[in-house]
Amino acid sequence: MAKITYIEYNGKSHTIVVKKGLTVMEGAVQNNIPGIDADCGGSMACATCHVYVKEDWFNKLLPKNEGEDDMLDQAYEPKQNSRLSCQIQVSDDLEGLEVHLPEKQI
Amino acid sequence: MINTDVVIVGAGPTGLFCAHQLGIIGIKCEIVDNLDKIGGQCIELYPDKPIYDIPAIPECTGEELTNNLIKQIKPFNFNFHLSDRVQEIRNEKEKWIIKTSRGKEFITSNIVIAGGVGSFEPRKFPSKSCEKFEGNSVLYSIKDKAIFKDKSVVIFGGGDSALDWAIELSKTSKVTLVHRRDEFRGAQASVDKIKELQKDKKIELFNKYSIKDVKGNESLESVEIKDETDKSKILKADYVLGFFGLIMQLGPILDWRLNIDKKKISVNTENFETNKKGIFAIGDICTYPGKLKLILSGFHEGALAARGCFKYARPDQKLRFEFTTTSKAIKDRLGIKND
Repeated sequence: MAKITYIEYNGKSHTIVVKKGLTVMEGAVQNNIPGIDADCGGSMACATCHVYVKEDWFNKLLPKNEGEDDMLDQAYEPKQNSRLSCQIQVSDDLEGLEVHLPEKQI
Repeated sequence: MINTDVVIVGAGPTGLFCAHQLGIIGIKCEIVDNLDKIGGQCIELYPDKPIYDIPAIPECTGEELTNNLIKQIKPFNFNFHLSDRVQEIRNEKEKWIIKTSRGKEFITSNIVIAGGVGSFEPRKFPSKSCEKFEGNSVLYSIKDKAIFKDKSVVIFGGGDSALDWAIELSKTSKVTLVHRRDEFRGAQASVDKIKELQKDKKIELFNKYSIKDVKGNESLESVEIKDETDKSKILKADYVLGFFGLIMQLGPILDWRLNIDKKKISVNTENFETNKKGIFAIGDICTYPGKLKLILSGFHEGALAARGCFKYARPDQKLRFEFTTTSKAIKDRLGIKND
């Protein structure tokens, strides 16, 4: 389990406890956090669970999967610290992770 | 005006199998899809990726699954209306009148929405000012490449469409290619060709840049691009092309006054009818307690929705349940000769 904070584009923040083994995307969807659409359901076939991860956390995450950058090309305003939240698996090490949501997903 | 029993919105696996089930029970249908080919997400997103959970098929690709479904409904000769999108619907005397974006009209007793996560549309530039030039000098697809002759064209994107058009247009236009990172996701041969053209000064390449804004009064004059530190550059441009792949949008379906829950259409689980009489929703686009987004669930939903359509298409008849192995009527519909 890990406490994860999702910060909406307008600054509103939501902190929830996400079970180990779920993804950061699933944590958001199951808790009705607005701003993460996840149209494809986590199969890395869209870019609608796009989040920004600040540098300190970004470097602690497992590196991007093959193909993740290809999908991020298609995200709205991708940056260097962009990730697809469906590709971030929650583990105890992620206690305190903060992700920032983009202005919109498409 | 095309008169039919059912209009299926979406030619993905769920829509195709629903068409099969309609054919089996002797109901006519027409199939509309916004893509230019049959297969929906299976063809657009993962034609080559393996699928392992189709009952009795241990492994197949999205393309193989689509081809088999097309083959399965071939005996019924249903019409496909591709590159077209259902735009408006209205109810008239127990029938639905449908208008498409290309101006086709249907009159039907039933609509089956098998639209996946919506229709595929090109992903657009985020900058507001791009809208002013959209369709004239800011484009997301190419219909006539002759218009670019001897012009300055700035292309954005890193996939096959962006690379292929950059290569093609570099023969007759001044081409600049802009991509947000160093690696391209297009075919290696195209990437090599781009690098070669860059060396020969036939293409100017800007990696790690993205669009900031477009500028111009009457007509487009330039495009401003920015790097990761927000430092910007201005490029002269007669045309700006964006190839960022496709996004899926519910689009006009949102205006049909259906009960929508988190971008999904609520249905009953008896025949997958929505809150509107004669409108059904199946596959990824529908939601109900316990919904699984699996192709096999979409098949089940399509089979039951087809029976739901029968009720309105043939109000005076009673539907008899029959097996394909034994029913003569079904074999006739499938064009199978009895021996």
